[in-house]
Amino acid sequence: MATILEPTIFELSSPGRRGVTMPASDVPKAALPPKNLLRSDLPLPELAEVDVVRHYMKLSKFNYSVDDGFYPLGSCTMKYNPKINEDTCRLPGYLFTHPLQPIETVQGNLALMFEMQEWLKEISGFADVTLQPAAGAHGEFTGVLMMAAYHKSRGDTKRTKMLIPDAAHGTNPASVGMLGFSVITIPSDSRGNVDLKALEAACDDTVVGMMLTNPNTLGMFDENIEKVIELVHKCGGLMYGDGANLNALLGIVRPGDLGFDVMHFNLHKTFSVPHGGGGPGSGPVGVGPVLVDFLPAPLVGIIEEGDEEMAPLYGFVTPKKTIGRMKAFHGHFGGGLVRAYTYIAMHGPDGLKDISQYAVLNANYLQARLRSTYKIPYDRICMHEFVMEGQFEGSDIRALDISKRLMDYNFHPPTNYFPLIVHEALMIEPTETENKDTLDRFADALIKIAEEAKTQPELLHNAPHITPFGRMDEVKAARELVLCCWLPENYVNE
Amino acid sequence: MTYIPISPAERDAMLKTVGVKSLDDLFDAIPKKHRFPELDLPPALTEMEAAAHLAEMASSNEHVRGDLISFLGAGAYNHYVPSVVDHMLRRGEFYTAYTPYQPEISQGTLQAIFEYQSLMCTLTGMDVSNASHYDGATATAEAVNLAYAQFRGKRKKIVISPTVHPQYREVIRTYSQGMGLEEAGDDPTADLEAGPEALTSLIDDNTMLVIVQYPDFFGRIHDYTKLIEDAHAKGSLVCIVANPTAMLMLKTPGDMGADIVVGEAQPFGIPLWYGGPYLGFFTTKKPYVHKMAGRLVGETIDNRGQRCYVLTLTSREQHIKRERATSNICTNQGLLALAAAVYMSTLGKTGLQQVANLCYQKAHYAAGELSKIDGFGLCFMEPFFHEFVLCCPKPASEVNQYLLDNGILGGYDLSKDYPALQNHILVAVTEMNSKDEIDSLVEALKEM
Repeated sequence: MATILEPTIFELSSPGRRGVTMPASDVPKAALPPKNLLRSDLPLPELAEVDVVRHYMKLSKFNYSVDDGFYPLGSCTMKYNPKINEDTCRLPGYLFTHPLQPIETVQGNLALMFEMQEWLKEISGFADVTLQPAAGAHGEFTGVLMMAAYHKSRGDTKRTKMLIPDAAHGTNPASVGMLGFSVITIPSDSRGNVDLKALEAACDDTVVGMMLTNPNTLGMFDENIEKVIELVHKCGGLMYGDGANLNALLGIVRPGDLGFDVMHFNLHKTFSVPHGGGGPGSGPVGVGPVLVDFLPAPLVGIIEEGDEEMAPLYGFVTPKKTIGRMKAFHGHFGGGLVRAYTYIAMHGPDGLKDISQYAVLNANYLQARLRSTYKIPYDRICMHEFVMEGQFEGSDIRALDISKRLMDYNFHPPTNYFPLIVHEALMIEPTETENKDTLDRFADALIKIAEEAKTQPELLHNAPHITPFGRMDEVKAARELVLCCWLPENYVNE
Repeated sequence: MTYIPISPAERDAMLKTVGVKSLDDLFDAIPKKHRFPELDLPPALTEMEAAAHLAEMASSNEHVRGDLISFLGAGAYNHYVPSVVDHMLRRGEFYTAYTPYQPEISQGTLQAIFEYQSLMCTLTGMDVSNASHYDGATATAEAVNLAYAQFRGKRKKIVISPTVHPQYREVIRTYSQGMGLEEAGDDPTADLEAGPEALTSLIDDNTMLVIVQYPDFFGRIHDYTKLIEDAHAKGSLVCIVANPTAMLMLKTPGDMGADIVVGEAQPFGIPLWYGGPYLGFFTTKKPYVHKMAGRLVGETIDNRGQRCYVLTLTSREQHIKRERATSNICTNQGLLALAAAVYMSTLGKTGLQQVANLCYQKAHYAAGELSKIDGFGLCFMEPFFHEFVLCCPKPASEVNQYLLDNGILGGYDLSKDYPALQNHILVAVTEMNSKDEIDSLVEALKEM
């Protein structure tokens, strides 16, 4: 039998225990629906409130988080999440407004959304922005749908290929797959840029466009970005920017100015919306002039202009050739937009530029400190992250071992085994919210681990040691597929 | 305000280590003519100023916990959230963690999601649940993706009831525009009094999925058992879009034989928040687990003999399968799955049964009193849960404007979505509506 550190909420249940109870009904009793429409049993847990609190408190302590320490997970921008955001997004006016209320009763929400659209346009250089997409991948799908609709509207039906660099996030090809397009992989050159020769060869009149993360997943800003965009445009394709790495570009360069036609923002990366154990995120999408008519509906617009005495009346508008609705209601308003709005309002133009400058400084500082110990295959000034190899000549230590050992030094490991074009990749993104001492301790730990790899490799193979849990049997999980506290075949509905 | 914890002296030392003179020198790769744009944004606010500014904007809204009495539902519901829920969500260990890629230091998130999966399976009567959808509408659209993958694109037709939420039907159309699907049933001018059997004649050998809502958009409770049998006889899968509060009382979709049960879990501990973020739940039967999108947590054991949890079946997902993945989904709505789990645990079996019963009782009291008013009546005769269609003597927009002038959000105006329902509003009643509130709605309409 396996040892259990914390039972499940079902195992903690004891029949007859009461948690929060509801008031008695204040209306005359109505007859219930006929018995054949009712469920026979509701076998949910029964606990007291204190049982519930202690259970989830215990679980919370099994987690490592940004509030606990350094979390340099490449491509995920695990920056500090300001506490004030948690207060503003819970103001009653935001928390308790229904998405279908008449617009006259939610002018505060609509004004915030309108301003957010304007701010994101200014930050990115795009002509318009939709706030509807719920996450980065959802924004990507929105972007690809608009690219498809654009070509279709021009009667240009033979375009079915999307160009995607070999360093791209997996969501890029998956978004393309959802539309039935095929993916043409474009290699990177020796400096980590898009291979221009390969790109030129792939550009023809069957190309929908290109999806490019810039800075790319090696942390490199493409040195030929204008040429890349020119080649794609010349063959009639559109240029998609994956905004996952926008934390390097605030006040540094605007993707719209470079010629990108469409890009998603990750409000949960760049603009400090917390990651919440994997979600919810928020993925607004900006577009250049050629795609504004295709944006999802509705957008927030001004219905009646204001003047010195009267605020304008905000409401919803529908773009002319809209691709339709991406989700119910208006996007991740409360948990996404209000937090990100608070963050941008508190930074202003100079503060935003500082964010990117220090994010890039921190990454380059770590890269400089680790360069002589770990191999960095694309070694030049990086942007907000860099990728090094987690392996040593003549040693069987792998990136996974190094990652697990880092936990013993109280750090969250970097992203590992991504991007796929680097062997045993360790992708490190420190973000701007870490101080020099933390970066030094992290570099020292990695240098020490490299030493341990030579002298005590078993220490790495068996790591982590000081965490409450050790390495896990992932094969068993996939083979036995226990996805519920109880097995469905054992469940009897009495 | 800045959150950057680096002093000027530390910055200079770091620049020296990097080997550049200034921060600006780090950006030589950026085309010079576009480098360092002046952003036209308002100047930075301090925390105190930002708090005041955001509070001022919030206060120009009229909300449903004091400013307005609300009978608005239609996919988002005003329910009581026990205090414990937000206390747990505010634990930094939960909300500032990422997707649990490193299970040794993410057991809190993983076990919470595993428990959420178990709770949702119990609720729906299904075998497996993920924690991965943005909302009820996108979860429904992903059910279409599952069915498409299950039949490997060989079946191309979906049958959708016109009484599925109009916005959900819109999202399905947006999502599926690259698939070349045939859609049947999605017709708002169809006979809305027809039962589920009306869909049976539309199901053929090319049908991959039938989608119905439970209770339907008009609040009606149908037993879909027979429809599901008919669909299965044609080889089609069936997806039920279900309301979680209603499932606390009603026969489970699993008991009716549904293959996929999806829906919006906002009623379980998630605030209205002007529409999001919410939580799309997605449950199915074991045979379809490999075609299902999103993150799944499974039980296993660590090298110290301890029971633990990991993300499993990841080979289905985008980062492995890339363009052959069923979906591009990457997030897991983890924090909101936690909210739903804490909500269900804190109220527990008894508290949840009370919530469902209060919604049912109060809605029936409201329906009874409203239908006594001259010129008003219930539009449909079937049993309903906590929403019903009220037929009014005037256009719905006029009724709602009148009610709003009296501080009441009357209900959802159905005329925009259903041409035959010009004088009809969809009224939702939850445990939050006191008898006094219901009586004031009735009084207001009497005087109209």
